[in-house]
Amino acid sequence: MRPFIYERAPSRNAAMQAVTAAVDTKASYLAGGTTLLDLMKLDVMRPQHVIDINALERTVHGRIELDRNGLRLGALVRMADAADHPDIQQQYPVIAQSLQLAASQQLRNMASLGGNVLQRTRCTYFRDVSYAACNKRNPGSGCAALDGFNRMHAVLGTSDHCIATYAGDFGHALIALDASIDLVGPDGTRTIPFAELHRLPSDTPDQETTLRPGELIVSFTVPAAPWTRRSLYLKVRDRQSYEFALASAAIALDQQDGTVRDVRIALGGISTVPWRAVEAETVLRGKAIDEDSVAAAADAAFVGAKGHGHNDFKVELGKRTLSRALQQAAALEI
Amino acid sequence: MATVSTAAVPAFARAAAAQAGASQTVSNPRAPVDATLTINGRDHVLAFDVRTSLLDLLREHLGLTGSKKGCDHGQCGACTVLLDGRRILSCLTLAIAAQGRDITTIEGLAANGQLHPMQQAFIDNDGFQCGYCTPGQIMSAVACVHENHANTDDEIREYMSGNLCRCAAYPNIVAAVKQARPLMQTASRD
Ligand SMILES: Cc1cc2nc3c(=O)[nH]c(=O)nc-3n(C[C@H](O)[C@H](O)[C@H](O)COP(=O)(O)OP(=O)(O)OC[C@H]3O[C@@H](n4cnc5c(N)ncnc54)[C@H](O)[C@@H]3O)c2cc1C
Ligand code: SF4
Ligand code: FES
Ligand code: FES
Repeated sequence: MRPFIYERAPSRNAAMQAVTAAVDTKASYLAGGTTLLDLMKLDVMRPQHVIDINALERTVHGRIELDRNGLRLGALVRMADAADHPDIQQQYPVIAQSLQLAASQQLRNMASLGGNVLQRTRCTYFRDVSYAACNKRNPGSGCAALDGFNRMHAVLGTSDHCIATYAGDFGHALIALDASIDLVGPDGTRTIPFAELHRLPSDTPDQETTLRPGELIVSFTVPAAPWTRRSLYLKVRDRQSYEFALASAAIALDQQDGTVRDVRIALGGISTVPWRAVEAETVLRGKAIDEDSVAAAADAAFVGAKGHGHNDFKVELGKRTLSRALQQAAALEI
Repeated sequence: MATVSTAAVPAFARAAAAQAGASQTVSNPRAPVDATLTINGRDHVLAFDVRTSLLDLLREHLGLTGSKKGCDHGQCGACTVLLDGRRILSCLTLAIAAQGRDITTIEGLAANGQLHPMQQAFIDNDGFQCGYCTPGQIMSAVACVHENHANTDDEIREYMSGNLCRCAAYPNIVAAVKQARPLMQTASRD
C-alpha cells in the first residue's frame, strides 16, 4: 500500500476544509473502508489523503428517519442497521432485503450506505494491476474482459470500452423507488435523483459518477409511495450467501384487484450501473401478473442485452429472475 | 494500565516520531503515527505506520496471533474481532481508525480462567479440523448470538456465512452455536 496522510474530520465543515486543502493531491473519504482499503492494498486506488468521516455518524449523516413522506437514510448508516430496522423491513422491504442479502454481517456492520453505492466493480482485470488493459483503471489501455474471462460481466449498459458489472445491490432498490441523494461539497449543497449518480461507461468508464470533486453524500431520501410495501429483492448467485449477484431484481408493485396499477423494476448483476427497467414497467401497467405478462415484461427488459461469451447465460437467467420476482411480489401477503 | 510498545517501529522511524511529537496531523505520510488502542480491556500506547491494518497491529505488533489472516481482503472472516461489541473484519480496518473503540479479540474472551461458552461449545462439538478459521468463527458466533441472529439452523448458517471454513466443519459449527446460545442467554440474564 502506498503511504497517505490520515485525517479524522470531527465535523462536516472540517471534512470540507480537509478536502479543499487536499485539492492538489488525491483525497478519499473513509467510511467503512471495505472498498477503499481493499483496493488500496491492491494498488488500484491510490489516495494521498484519507479523510476519515466516521465521526459524522453522530450527526444527521448517521440517522434513519421515517415518516408519512418517506424514508431518509444517512450516508453513514451501516448496512446492517438499515437491514435490521423493523420499519424499513415492513414498509420498504426491498431496501432491507437488498442490504441483508449483500456481503456478510461483519462487512454490513462496517460498510456505510454512502460507501455502498460508490463501491467499485469486482471485474478481475480491474482489481489486478498486473493486467495492463483496463480502461476503467487506466484510460485508453483497452479492456481485457471483452475477450477474456467475462462470466460475471454485464449484458446491459455496456460499451466497447467496458463491460464491468455494477456489483452493488442497494443501488438497485434505490433506483427502483425513485430515491434522491443529498450532497454537500466545497461549493454548497444540492440534491439529485439517485438515477443521475452513476454514469454509463460509454467511452469514459473511468468516470463512474457525477459527483463533483470533494462532494460528500449526506443522505438518501426514498419517497413514500403505494408500491413500497409490496416490494422485494430477489438475488440469484453462485452460492447461497456471501456472494455477489449473477442476476437480481428489485420489484415494487402496486396492484388492485389483481391488476397492476403501477410497478417499479430494477435489475442487478447484469448491468454496468444501477438499472431501471422502464420498458418492463410499461408492459405491465394495467395488466394482471401472470405467466404471459411477466414473460413479455422480461423480454422487454432485455431487448438491448448483449452477451460476450461466458456471460451469455445472463440474458436468460436475468429474464427468469425478473419473472420469478414479479410473481413473488404479486403473491405477497401484506 | 498503559503499556508502551514501539517494538515494531524501526529505530530511525522512532527517532523521527519523537521529533514530530504526538501530533496527529502529520504532513509526512511516512512518519509513524501515535495512538492509544483499547484491546481486551487494556490500553496500549503505540506508534506505527499509518497503513497498518488492525489485524497486522494485533498480530505483528502485539503478538495477539489468535486473529488469523486468511485473505486480507474481507473475503474469509478469519480476522473477525469485536469493535464496541460488533463483529467486524480487522483486515479492512485501519488500526489508527480504531482509536477510542473497544477491541475484543479471541484472547479476550475467556474470563477468570474459564473458557467462554462458545469456545467450550466448539470443543464439545468438534467445530473445527485444522483450526485456522476457528478464532474468527468463534468471535463471529458470539456476536451472532448477541445480535439475536441464531434462532434457527438456517438463520445461523446465513449469519455465519461470512466465515469460511476450508475444512468444511460447518455442521459442527452450527451445532456449537446452538449449544452455546442458551448458555450465553442465561449468563447475560444473571
Ligand atoms: C467480500 C466482499 C463481499 C461483498 N459483497 C457485496 C454484496 O454482495 N453486495 C453489495 O452490495 N456489496 C458487497 N460488497 C461491497 C460492500 O458492500 C462495499 O464495499 C461497502 O458497502 C462500501 O462501503 P464502505 O462504507 O465500506 O465504503 P468505503 O470503502 O469507506 O468507501 C468507498 C468509496 O466511497 C467513498 N465514500 C464513502 N462514503 C462517502 C460519502 N458519504 N460521500 C462521498 N464519498 C464517500 C470513499 O471515498 C470510497 O471512494 C462486498 C464487499 C466485500 C469485501
Ligand atoms: S470490463 Fe471495465 S473494469 Fe473490466 S477490464 Fe474492461 S474496462 Fe476494465
Ligand atoms: S483475513 Fe480478513 S476477511 Fe480474510
Ligand atoms: S477448521 Fe480448518 S478452515 Fe475451518
